[in-house]
Amino acid sequence: MSDLQQLYQTIILEHAKARHGAVDLTPLADAIAIGTASGLRVAESHQINTTCGDEVTLRVSIDAETVTDLVWTGEGCSISQASASILTDTLRGLSTTEARALLDNFREMLRSRGKIEPDEQVLGDAAAFGGVSRYPARVKCAMLPWVAFEAALIDAESR
Amino acid sequence: MTSFAPSSAISPAHAAQHPKLAPLTNIDVERIRNDFPVLHQTVNGHPLVYLDSGATSQNPISVMEAEQEYYEQRNAAVHRGAHTLAVEATEGFEAARDKVAAFVGAETDEIVWTSNATEAINLLAYSFSNASLGLGGPAARRFSLGAGDEIVVTEMEHHANLIPWQQLAQRTGATLRFIPVLDDGSLDLLAAADIVGQHTKLLAFTHGSNVTGTINPVADLVALARKVGALVVLDACQTVPHLPVDVKALDVDFAVFSGHKMLGPTGIGALYGRAELLADMPPFLTGGSMITTVDMHTAEFLAPPQRFEAGTQRISQAIALAAAVDYLSETGMDRVAAWEAQLGQRLVAGVAEISGVRLLGPGLGVERLGLAAVDVAGVHAHDVGQFLDDAGIAVRVGHHCAQPLHRRLGVTASTRASTYLYNTTDEVDLFLATLAEVAPFFGVKP
Repeated sequence: MSDLQQLYQTIILEHAKARHGAVDLTPLADAIAIGTASGLRVAESHQINTTCGDEVTLRVSIDAETVTDLVWTGEGCSISQASASILTDTLRGLSTTEARALLDNFREMLRSRGKIEPDEQVLGDAAAFGGVSRYPARVKCAMLPWVAFEAALIDAESR
Repeated sequence: MTSFAPSSAISPAHAAQHPKLAPLTNIDVERIRNDFPVLHQTVNGHPLVYLDSGATSQNPISVMEAEQEYYEQRNAAVHRGAHTLAVEATEGFEAARDKVAAFVGAETDEIVWTSNATEAINLLAYSFSNASLGLGGPAARRFSLGAGDEIVVTEMEHHANLIPWQQLAQRTGATLRFIPVLDDGSLDLLAAADIVGQHTKLLAFTHGSNVTGTINPVADLVALARKVGALVVLDACQTVPHLPVDVKALDVDFAVFSGHKMLGPTGIGALYGRAELLADMPPFLTGGSMITTVDMHTAEFLAPPQRFEAGTQRISQAIALAAAVDYLSETGMDRVAAWEAQLGQRLVAGVAEISGVRLLGPGLGVERLGLAAVDVAGVHAHDVGQFLDDAGIAVRVGHHCAQPLHRRLGVTASTRASTYLYNTTDEVDLFLATLAEVAPFFGVKP
């Protein structure tokens, strides 16, 4: 497989088209109100990659300890869109502690410039972004939705 | 409206430079390429194809040598000190100003050094801002803006020729208006005739678009401004490096350009201003080297251009930029323009043959700069750029500092190939062939 094929693995290109969890977001205040009525805390974060203009708004719902739902909207390159799609599949249903650990693992792998082999046992489909770590200019693309998740989670927990 | 041909802006000096030299060919370009060491390398296993000169150009050996020679032989602070090196540095610095001024048809004292075109525009905006506060006295009142006054820009501006004016409007209470862009990337000149009116104090527009390659009808726009007594600021970043430009023939009040886009180093740019205007403008940056007498409460300022050059200047950069101007002049700007026009049309023709790829800006046969920005249906520009980079082809992706223009054209980002005098037709063809492979790679059906 060429470097380019490593970067754009089939699973990434598929997720970039499938966009799991991508929705037209309802107004946040409505989502918070509905969440509160069923014991959930809801928050969102909007992140922009100033290099290329990619953006993602990711909304997190949590109960006492679990990430119960993740939805997002955004536009950008296939790496950032696939990353958001895989993020929702990967983190939904995990405890907030597990989600944070997975996020840390994902970030460490991405920042390793190809030195850390992605651990598929831990990362699941997100391991497909291993090729991205050899392209420092694209690490931000892959991280964008995860940074949004991190910020939204902190916000949700504070509610 | 009359259509604008760049030949009308060719200065007698430019036109007479190389009456005997034949148009550039690929053979000449191969020779030119030998002067640019950076072009001779492989990237990702392929020979580098550098098609990002619209962002920054490469330096010929003579430019790098000029900078090195300055540091090895003559380095000293300019316009201060009486020792031999200081005199030689000052002479080199001012000779560079002469050369750059002549290159654009200006008088020497009408060229102010800045760090880049962005700083040159900010210099104007802050000088006008200071004038609006009363600085510079009665003479500077002509630059003063307030509620009811209008600053007019266009929808195709680079952010550098937009945001400084937005900020100036916010500081002074003036209103910012813009001339809209039509679907083909040209300005709506009918609308312009309505927008530029009795309240217009300033009209700022780009000579050539860094996205669509559109060359604007300067004469028509200047005529609108003159009718209402508005000042004209021309962003010539994309034209001074690529076309023969004569600021006097264009009859603009101010023009800005950047050294690094015209074979020079980074960190140097220039503001052209008509002498009588610069003479009445209050300074932007203040400090050393721009004063005559200073006491603890007030200062008297030097005449232009020194009034606008506070602090230790970009000496080596100015000297290297003069070497870049020599290189361009020796090649002949008319020949550079003709070669790039050919490359630009080749890009347009080639893009038209790739299904699913949309060209932004003027179509085949319409005058444009030697660049083309495209949108590949179903593939984000960042991914297009990555695919091209894998083949050793360097292009710019994103909004190219022109978000409003991209929004107007219905895209968030584009992929731009921009040529210079060192690009061959083979390179353009390789770009086009690789561009055609993008959609299949990403599984997009054209």
